[in-house]
Parts: sequence; structure tokens; C-alpha cells
Amino acid sequence: MGCEVTPQLAIFFVLAALAVIGALNLIIQRHPIHSALSLIVVMIALAGLYLLMGSEFVAAVQIIVYGGAIMVLFVFVIMLLNAGVEERTNISKLAGVAGIPLAVALMGFLAAAIARSNESAQAGLQTGALANTKEISTMLFKDFVYPFELTSFLILVAILGAIVLAQREKS
Amino acid sequence: MVPTSYYLILSAVLFGLGVVAFVFKRNVITIFMSIELMLNAVNLAFVAFSQARHQSDGQVFVLFVIVVAAAEAAVGLGIIILTARNRQSLNVERVDLLKL
Amino acid sequence: MISSLLAFLAAHAVVVIAIIKIALLLFIVLTVNAYLTWFERKVVAHMQSRWGPHRVGPHGLLQPLADGAKFLLKEDPTPAGVDKFTYFLAPLMALALALTSIAIIPFGPDPLPWTIWGQKVYLGIADLNIGILALFAITALSVYGVALAGWSSNSKYPLLGGLRSSAQMVSYELALTMSVVGVLLLAGSFNLRDIIGAQAQHPERGIFGWNVWPQILGFFCFFVAAVAETNRVPFDLPEAESELVAGFHTEYASFKFAMFFIAEYTSMITVSCLCTIMFFGGWLSPFPASWTFTHYLPSVILIPFGLWVIWDGIRYETIFGRIILPGVGTAITAIGAVLVAFPAVNEFVQGPFWLLSKIFVFLFVYVWMRGTLPRFRYDQLMSFGWKLLLPVSIANVVITAFAMLAKSMWGAK
Repeated sequence: MGCEVTPQLAIFFVLAALAVIGALNLIIQRHPIHSALSLIVVMIALAGLYLLMGSEFVAAVQIIVYGGAIMVLFVFVIMLLNAGVEERTNISKLAGVAGIPLAVALMGFLAAAIARSNESAQAGLQTGALANTKEISTMLFKDFVYPFELTSFLILVAILGAIVLAQREKS
Repeated sequence: MVPTSYYLILSAVLFGLGVVAFVFKRNVITIFMSIELMLNAVNLAFVAFSQARHQSDGQVFVLFVIVVAAAEAAVGLGIIILTARNRQSLNVERVDLLKL
Repeated sequence: MISSLLAFLAAHAVVVIAIIKIALLLFIVLTVNAYLTWFERKVVAHMQSRWGPHRVGPHGLLQPLADGAKFLLKEDPTPAGVDKFTYFLAPLMALALALTSIAIIPFGPDPLPWTIWGQKVYLGIADLNIGILALFAITALSVYGVALAGWSSNSKYPLLGGLRSSAQMVSYELALTMSVVGVLLLAGSFNLRDIIGAQAQHPERGIFGWNVWPQILGFFCFFVAAVAETNRVPFDLPEAESELVAGFHTEYASFKFAMFFIAEYTSMITVSCLCTIMFFGGWLSPFPASWTFTHYLPSVILIPFGLWVIWDGIRYETIFGRIILPGVGTAITAIGAVLVAFPAVNEFVQGPFWLLSKIFVFLFVYVWMRGTLPRFRYDQLMSFGWKLLLPVSIANVVITAFAMLAKSMWGAK
């Protein structure tokens, strides 16, 4: 990194490190509730990254819907089913010893390829044409109104499905 | 300004970690959470491209992805609760026969 | 050495001023919390024809100090079999989220009359363009504090209380969010200052320009849903003593219980601030702007109150009270006199004075409800939230949208 460390770059690295540590913790932890808490940390870090990119509405929706509703559902189900610590897996040691360096090498190649491509290396400028929320809502209700109505229908179907699935058997 | 490639690399790393969690974990709820992690990584890529091109299409699509993830989580967790009740275990290695 | 330190601070003035404001606001909020507990105990006691705290200090004013000392010095046991990380995380999360929500609230319209290191200092820490959405995000995350506390305690009553309480909070969150949409339609922005600005369009209307008149339905939905969100009477079944011992915070002692306690009272304060800002005009005066003589109202209230405190203190029974109360009374009278003497300070104080008075009225209504109303049964609570409150708040959005459309179509002609 030859560029100077601006405050934005510093914040990006802090939030990115938080997200990666959260994701690693999800894998390492043995109790599902700790994995759920790590995933919440990842989501909050990503919301911070969206804020850094100027998408304030998406950041707020991410925390309210993903962090405040979907993950609450996960936490409820873990509590309800009384999920305990995971058992030891009988995964072979060779997979870990050979797999991790190979995975890191693959990621390195991908990262180098992405970083070298011309198009993605440009940093976008900040234009304040319309406020972020107004822009998204204009597009959502004008160009994307049909998918919007379809998603509301999808949610209705999902609610009905969840209610039917969770019913007690009539004995 | 942070270059877009940094966001894309982070998105790829998170997606890869989601795949690792999906393959290596035994608890069905943790596997489901790794799916949510993968969806989040994809959302990050969408928003990064939306910022690079100064269009809001990416962010609108992110809203749709979040909505679909919510619907999927609701129904999927319902199925998980039923399966756990029937087989008395949350270990996916036990759910390998059609017979209970 | 000192001059180079000052130069460093001046170069990073924005961050330093923010840190000073945060420290000051934290101190003020925690003190207000403490005296809110005193206020609640006194008011509920007087409603029940008894005295309330009146031994510890004059009129029981040092009771919060005694409670704080108790919380700090009491033994803090950790029950066996708890999930240690989650047990410690839950009260921390609840307190941190509740205190963060105060940072978004603007306390006054004008900046301070003098600039510090070249920066104008506004009253309020963060002026977010998504102010209301950020507050809803914090409300959504605070469900975790309750759910994790109930689960990690490894005991029946907290688990049931935690599950019930978090289900209640998630249900009423929907009605809370929908009831605010009407206000957002009228204001056109999520920013809290813009919402007050939209109510200040016609300053000569005074109290009739506030949002509560066009949005009366939305206000009632919001207030009821907010009381349910903060787990206060009449929605406090999950923490009622006769039902579930103490609900989700049964197994928490001394300092961790104090953290939940402070979180609950702080969220009460946040809800009162939101009600005033969104529906009751925030820092706008209820009198028309042309009645400039009403600008002396703060002094008219403070000076007689200060004199009454002095008079009461002189006749108080303990020596300690006879020293403290006249001192406090003199300070209050002096503030009132300063406001009369310096008109510039008086103008600056108008905005925050009205905001704080309205917040005080809402806190009184909270305490009043606690002393008066019985609590809902859990199934009544859930059916009320889903079957009555949510449809009414959605109807409010539809009616507001139609009214705005009609006004733009026929009002313009």
C-alpha cells in the first residue's frame, strides 16, 4: 500500500478486520449462540462499511432488518431448541494442514487479480446529487415497483408457511 | 477514498469463510448462519459497485436481497424446528436417512 | 509543553469537542437517571398517600446516592452454570445501546454564542441525516440485551421472562416504526432537526402548528408502542414480581442489575425526547412567536420556585436540610435573575427550556401511568399489539398519504 493512510482508509481497515474476525469466530466457536453473536458483529461491521461508502439508508436497514429481526429469530430458535455445544468432528488432520495454505494461496491470487484490474481500482468520487434515501426510494417506486410488490407477496407467503410449519399437530 | 478493489477483496474473503463454515460445521443452525454470511458478503459487493458507478441500482438490489433472506430465514428455521423435533438432534450427520 | 498540547488539540478541534460533549452528556444523563428514580418514588408514593423517601437528605434528595453506593458495594455473585461470556455481555449491551441513543437527540436550535477553536458548537452530539432510522436501529438491537440475559441465566424464570419480554419488544417495534411514518411524510426527512423545522413553518400558530394535531392517531400509537418497548407499566408483565420473580434480570445482582436499571430509565428519557421532537414541536414555544413577553416564562417559573425552596429550607427539621436547601434555592433564584438581566442568554435558553419542560411532562406521564394502571396479561398484550396497534398505525400512514395527496392536488389550485 503505497498510498497515505487517510482516516477513511484507517476506518475501513478497522471495520474489515472486525468483519473477518467475526467470520473466523463463527467458524471457531463451538456453541451456536456464540456463532450467532459473532455473526451479529459481522453485520454491524458491514453496516459501518456501508456508512463509509455513503449508503446510509442501506446501513440502517441492514441493522434494523438483518441485525434486529433475522438474527433475533436465529437466537430465539437456538434458545428454543436448547442447542448445546457441538460434538467433535472426525475431520481428517490432512485437510486442515494442506487445505488452509492452499485456500490462502487461492485467495491471494484472486485478490491480486482483482487489485490489478483497471476498472475496479478507481476510487469513486463523492457526488451529492440527491440524498441517498430519496434516490433509492425514487428508483424503488418508479423503476422497481413490480419487484417491490412481488417481495411483499413473497413475505406474505413466507409468513403463512412459517405459521403452518410451526403449528402443533392436532392430536 | 478507499478503492473499490479493497471492498471486493473483503467480500470475497467473507464469502470464502462462509463456504468454509458451511462445509465444516455440524450444527444445522450454524450452517444456516453461514448462508446468511455468504449473502452479506454478496451485499457488500453490490454496494461497492453501486458506489463505484454512482447508480443506486445496486443498493435497491441489496434491499431485495435482505427481504428474500428474511423470508428464507423464517421458513428455513421453521423446517429446522420440525426436523429437530422429529429426530431429537441438531446434528446434520444424523439426518442422513429418510427413515426416522 | 502546554502550548504544544493546546496546538494539537486546536488542530483536531472537531474530535476534541465531540469527546468533551460526550463526557458532559454522559454525566448529565446519568445524573438525570438517578434523580428520575427519586422522582418516580416520590410521585408514586404521593399518589398512594404516603411520603416516599424523605430520610436520606432533605426531602430524600440523597436517596439516589445511597442507592448508587449500595449497587457498587453489594456482593455480585455469578450463578453456577451460566454461559459466562453472554451473562456478562447482556447488561453491557443493554446499557451501551441505551446510552448511545441519547447522542442522536438535538437539544437546542442555535449553536453556542461563542466559537471554540473556530468551531461552532451545536447542542447535540451527532446530527445524522438518518436520525430516526438510527434510533430504530438501536431499539432493534436492544432486544438482544433482554433475550441473552434471560437465556444465559440458566434458570426457568429468567428464560421465560426473557423470551416473553423479547417477543413483546419485537411485536411492538413494528407498530412503533409504522406510527412514525406519518410524521416523516409531513417533514420529508429523517433528520430530527428538519422534523422540528417542519413544525416551525408557521410560528404564529404556536401550539397549533405542532405535529400532534394532524397526527393524533400516530402519536397515540407511538406512545403506547414506546411504553411497551421500554417494558414499563402497563406492559411490564415480563418483569412483574408476582408473575416471574423479576423476569429476565432475576439472576443479576448489584452492579449488573444497576446497568439494566439505568438502561430502562435512559430508554424512558429517549422515548420522551422522541415524543416531544416528533409530535410536540421539540424546542418550539407553544405561544405564538409575536408574544415576546412569554420569553420571560423561565424566569417567572424559576424565581418563585427558588424562593419557595429557600423558605421551605429555613423551616426544615434537620440541620443538614437547613443548610442545603436554602443554598439550592439561592442557586435557582440566581439563575432566574441572570435570565432576566441578560436578554441574549435568555434568547439562547428558550429552545432548550421548552424542550426540557416537555420532556419532563412526558416523564411525569410515564410515572403517572405506573402509579395508576394495572398491567396487561400476556395474551392480551400480544393481541393488542398485533390486532389493534399495527393496523391502526398502518391506517394512519394511508390516511396521511391521502391527505397530503389531496392537499397537493386541490390546495395548489
